[in-house]
This record gives sequence, structure tokens and C-alpha cells, in this order.
Amino acid sequence: MNKILVHECIGTDVYRMVIEAPLIAKKRKAGQFVIVRNDDTAERIPLTIADAHPETGTITLIYQVVGKSTAQFATREVGQYLHDVVGPLGHPTDVRLYGTALCVGGGIGKAPLFPIAQAMKLAGNKVISVVGARGKDLIILEEEIRVVSDELIVCTDDGSHGRKALVTVPIREILEREKVDICVAIGPTIMMKKVAELTKEFNVPTIVSLNSIMIDGTGMCGGCRVTVGGETKFTCVDGPEFDGHKVDFDQLIKRLDAYKDQERVAMQRWEHRMEQDMEARRERICRLQAEIDKARQAAVESQPKAS
Amino acid sequence: MPEEMIPPKKERIPRTAMPEQPAQERRFNFREVPLGYSEDQAVLEASRCIQCKNPLCIQGCPVCIDIPGFIKLIAQRDFRGAIRKMKETNILPAICGRVCPQETQCEVQCILGKKYEPVAVGRLERFIADWERERSGGEIEIPTVQRSTGKRVAIVGSGPAGLTAAADLARLGHRVEVFEALHKPGGVLIYGIPEFRLPKSIVDAEVHTLERMGVRLHMNYVIGKTETVDELLDRFDAVFVGTGAGLPWFMGIPGEDLIGVFSANEYLTRSNLMKAYDFPISDTPVLPGHNVATIGGGNVAMDSARTALRLGAEHSYLIYRRSETEMPARIEEIHHAKEEGVDFRLLTNPVRFIGDERGRVQQMELLRMELGEPDASGRRRPVPIEGSNYVIDVDSVIVAIGNGPNPLVPQTTPDITTRKGGNIVVDEKTLMTSKEAVFAGGDIVLGAATVILAMGQGRQAAQSIDDYFHTGDPHQLASELRSALQDYLKRYPAMPEKSVHAALHELEKAVVDEQVGGNGKL
Repeated sequence: MNKILVHECIGTDVYRMVIEAPLIAKKRKAGQFVIVRNDDTAERIPLTIADAHPETGTITLIYQVVGKSTAQFATREVGQYLHDVVGPLGHPTDVRLYGTALCVGGGIGKAPLFPIAQAMKLAGNKVISVVGARGKDLIILEEEIRVVSDELIVCTDDGSHGRKALVTVPIREILEREKVDICVAIGPTIMMKKVAELTKEFNVPTIVSLNSIMIDGTGMCGGCRVTVGGETKFTCVDGPEFDGHKVDFDQLIKRLDAYKDQERVAMQRWEHRMEQDMEARRERICRLQAEIDKARQAAVESQPKAS
Repeated sequence: MPEEMIPPKKERIPRTAMPEQPAQERRFNFREVPLGYSEDQAVLEASRCIQCKNPLCIQGCPVCIDIPGFIKLIAQRDFRGAIRKMKETNILPAICGRVCPQETQCEVQCILGKKYEPVAVGRLERFIADWERERSGGEIEIPTVQRSTGKRVAIVGSGPAGLTAAADLARLGHRVEVFEALHKPGGVLIYGIPEFRLPKSIVDAEVHTLERMGVRLHMNYVIGKTETVDELLDRFDAVFVGTGAGLPWFMGIPGEDLIGVFSANEYLTRSNLMKAYDFPISDTPVLPGHNVATIGGGNVAMDSARTALRLGAEHSYLIYRRSETEMPARIEEIHHAKEEGVDFRLLTNPVRFIGDERGRVQQMELLRMELGEPDASGRRRPVPIEGSNYVIDVDSVIVAIGNGPNPLVPQTTPDITTRKGGNIVVDEKTLMTSKEAVFAGGDIVLGAATVILAMGQGRQAAQSIDDYFHTGDPHQLASELRSALQDYLKRYPAMPEKSVHAALHELEKAVVDEQVGGNGKL
């Protein structure tokens, strides 16, 4: 279990990993996540389950390199094992026939958004998808999302792909032209905040998926607590999805900053270690090259002279 | 009852002191504080026991360890005999000797303690367990495992209740598998109790012993998510739920969501389980606190305040709304905390936390209290002194006011009845829940309590599950007789135990013989 079967880069600093996890694959529903650990000293981090195949007993994780743990993840190879994988955690998305579902995915949020959009489509909803990112290289899963959507709008901040706009611009246009019954928005916290403020103007119920810092992921420590409608909720067991109009996003944005200093220290150490590894590798290659040259030289000199 | 005659020479031997790391040294490391008795110290302390004919200490013990029995063997230097005697009733003595509140259980009953100081039962228990693990020259002996019964039991949770139930059921010959949500086994023994009170290597050794007995442990397995209790019942004949009190309580006062305000569970999990004290070698950090305040008065609060010192706090406050006599923490922990320099602010209650523009806690407002009339728990209720508010600087706050029961299993198994508050309701004698073949014990039933009480329930449940498998068998009648005998002994402790046990043995034999004779098969 936990064996890495596929590991590929699908965008700038964005990776797709398929691992063996038959029990999780069997149980998983869209919206749920796993907690993973890379090795014995690693931290526990939550990653959304982007896809699952019960028949083959595999789950797919799509993640972005944002710090030491994810950077270390990116170095793992096919055939190796993750140290710990536990799940499926959190409540599944409440997928049902709403009517028209507006699915919004920003940045790496497109990974958890895709299975939800897919489930919404299968439930009979009309699916309008709006996906956005800083630039072309971060637009992932475009074709997959297009296939399950009745309409897809792609935007980038820099205009390198699709429309040059923030996702809120096409969303406003959609909300002004037709009735939307449900909105699901997943992406950077500030994006979810802005989308929720916009949908509130039009009274469209909105589900967001929060990315709080977690430690155990099973409701036992309260580290992932957020304020929703004035009440304290735990993202790992009450969420990860909540009513976007009730979430205190400003508080969440502040709490996500809690370990900025430690994250920087960890990343510096990691980059230093990677540099040292590279240095060591370069030195070894130089030495080997020198030995090959020496051996070749010796072979040439020991040959009998042509008469 | 007649006062035991204490031979005069016993009074000349004082209670043997426990060697400890000095306070000013140990507040900077995570090594164990009590260092343990040497063999000579243990033998000396054991010789103080006057071997009462009616040992009251046994009655104080939640698992009824034969205390005079194992102590006598230590006094005779038969250490192997002593650990064997201990393990007849207690399979985790290395843990109990360190974390049990002996002062309210066995030692408080000690006759010697009436006039002098009680026998140091806990320290002797720890000594003999450590002797086996470190000095006996061999591996820890595993208890004899009976012939396989073919029955399978699933244990949910690898904390003290689950581990004890697993060991007892394995001994009785059943196939046992333990399912643990975290990535390491032990539950509160590894995430809650710090290294300096309970080294994790000890928990590892105990778990290893279980594995050697044939118990299988599955980590990263969340019953309620990865698999439900109903699905377990498709594969197992019975289930024991020992999921513990893993739901942190917060005070609900302003500022509790500021960065730097932790539940004790989070703080201790980061430090103990995830080894945040080793950051950045361990990846998990914990916010460095220079002025740390812990709110609460139990063992968890002591653990938190002392961990804060070791993580580098210059100032570690302990904020408790009642007075020291009301504190539920183990006396030794309060004592150690004071020695290490924890600043006790008793009769003080937090009002709110004050943060900066980045959302980090900078100060907390406190209110002084005085004791009024007793409340429902029997303790005097703290009453605020109006206008006595004051503010202290803090950059970390640990809320250690207690935990509720973890809701995952009840939420995903609707036919398990819970009380208001979420604790699972069980039959008092059998510990079976409202769901057939599903039993529960430990904090999930009792509310946040102690390791030894959880172990006691794990033991009780194991026996009950064994009986459940034998329902209709002569074994069940024998076990009914056994519990009747225990009730009888509790009411008439003067009855010589040897003759009662002999009588029971005869009765059991007669019942079994009759069944065999009756229909030719058992």
C-alpha cells in the first residue's frame, strides 16, 4: 500500500501522483481528502483526492509545490512508497440536482474542483465552469473540466491563455444573464472570498473548500478551526466544505500565516540540501570522468606500437 | 477493623526517595524526570511493606494488582517472580508505574501511611517493569496464549483501553486486530503524555510485546471513514471501541482564534508525536513562545506548562480558576512543575485574549476569583472578584480545560447510543453498547479520565467479550460465579481469599464436569 505508480509534472510546480490505496479508493467520494507523510520525520499534510479508481485500487493526488514538504514530494519516484496515507477524511460534497451549477476553480483548486464538476454533471445539473490561474502554465485539467461542463470559461491574470481577467469578471456576467442555483468555488483563499462576496449579491448559495493548516485531520486537536456563521468549526471533520457566505475569510487568511517564518527556514534548509546533493553529484561525476580518462590513457599507452 | 500491629523497626525506615533529574537541568531537556530506583533501593522500599492480612491497597487498584504479592517478591530479590506476579493482572506496568495517580488509589489505602509514609507502590511497579525491560538480560516475557478459539475481535483505537483489551483477548486465544487512526500506536500515551513522563520507547516495547502475542496492528486506519463499524462486523465477531476523549474543549472567550492559542491536544501532539522540539530536523513546527500561559488544572495542563519550558519559554504560567487543593492533577506533577519554575496563578480565570493586527496573541486579560459554595462536582465554586482584572503579556496560550469524546464512531454508527455530550452508553457489567457485539470502554465512555481506568475497562470488556462468545457455555456460568465472588469479597474483605478461591475452583470444576457428563461433549 502507498506505492507510487505514476508521478508526472502537469504544470509549473504542479504534479500529478497516482498511488496504491485500495481501501481509500473504495470509500472515497468527491470533496474528500487524505493526510500524507513523506517519511518518518515528515509533517502530516492534507491533500485533496483528485480522483479514485476502486477497480484498480488507486487514488490520484494533484498538488502544487509551495514549501518543503511538497518540494520533497516532488522528488519521489515511481516504485517508491509514501510513508503514511490516511483517509478518506472530511465530508463529501453535497452533490444533488440543483439545476444550474457554477463551478469555479482557481490555481490548484481546479484539482478538487474537477471531480465535483463531474459529479454535478452526473447528477443532472447544467454545469458552467470558470477556471483561472496566474498564467498558461498553471491552467491544469482544462480538457477534463471541459468534457464535464456545458460551458467552460478560461481566464488568466496575464492573458497568456483564454481571457485576460480575474474569475470574478466572467462570473458576474454569468450571474447577470441567467439564474444559477448553486456555486462551488475552490482556490486561493482570497479568490474564494471574492467569489463568495459576488455570489452573495445575487443570492446564489455558495460552497467553498477550505485549506486550513491541519495536524491530525481527525478532529482531535482543533488546529484547523475556522469561524463559520459565528461558530467554531473544524475544517477536517465539519468541512472541508462550508457555506461561503458565512466563513470568516479574513480570520482564515491570518491563521494561514501562522508558520510563515518556520516555513521559510524549512525551505531554505531543503534548498541548501538540494544544492549540496547536486554539488556532491557533480563532484562524483568529475571524479568518475577523471578515472575514465586515466584508464583510457593507460589502455592506449599499453598497446603494442605498430611496426 | 482491627488496627494492624506495625512492628517497631519498620518505623525507622523512611519512604525511599526517588532519584530525579535536578529541576534546573531537566527544564531544558525531554529526558525522564524520575530516574528510577536501583535494585538496593527497591529491595529496601519493598521491605517496608508489612504484608497486611487484609490488604486495602488491592481494593484501591482499578485492576486489582496483587500488591503485597509482588512487593514481597521484590523484597526477596526474586525480580523475575515479581514481574510475573505483576503481569497476572497488569500487562502495562511500565506505563502505570509512571502515570497512575497512586496517591488516590493504592497508596492512599496503605496502612503504613496512616502513621508514617505509605509504601511507594508506584515506584516499585515501575522498578520491576523497567528491570524486565532493561536489566533482566532477556526479552520481555510474553504471557501464555491459550489455544486459538477461531473468534476474531476488532479493537478500534490503540490507546490504553484498546491495548489492554487486545492483550487480554489475545491471551484468551482470540484473533485480535487493532485499528489506529494516527500513524503510530499508543493513543494518548504517545500524543498526549510527554517524553519526560513516559518515554515513547516504553510504549513501543509494550506494543511490540502485543505483536509477539499475535496481535495485528493497522495504522492510518480511521474507523468511521476508512471502514465503518458495520463493515468491521462483517469480518469480525465482536468490536471494542476505545477511541478516547479526542475532542478539544475551548473556552468560547474572545480572541480564542488568534494565532498562538492552542488546544492542549494540538500543542502536545506537535511536541510529543510530531517531535516539534526537533524542528527543523522534524518537519512539524510549533510556535516558539517566550511567555506561555496554560489554562487548566489537570495532568494535561501540567504536561503543557512543563513542555512549554522545555520548548524554550522564559515564562510559563499556569492559570487555574480554583485553588491548589481542587486541582485534579497528580501531586507529583504539580510538585515537579513548581520545581521547574512554572508560575502558578491560582484563583485566576481568563477573560479574553488580545492580539495584534496580524492576528497573533500578544496579551491576555485575567480576573481574580475566590471560592464560594461547592458545585455539582463537590468542589467549591470559583466566584469572580469584580474589578480585579489585569493583563499579562503572552505569545502562546494552551487551553487544557478538558476533552470531549471523539465523535467519529458514533456519528457513523447511528445505532450506537450516546449520552448528551457524546459519551457512548454501555451496560455497566458487560460494557456492551446498544449495538449487538459492539463494546466500548475508556474515555469514550467515562469522559476524560485516567490511563488506569481506561485499562480497567479494556480488561473488563475483554472478559465480557470472551463471555459473550461463550454464552450458553459452562464458562459463562463460571464467570457469573466469578463476578459474584468479587462482589462478595468487596463487601466482606475479611474473608480469607485463599479459601474462597478454592471454593470457587471446586464449583467451576463441578459445573464443567456436569456439562461434560450431561451430554458427552463440552
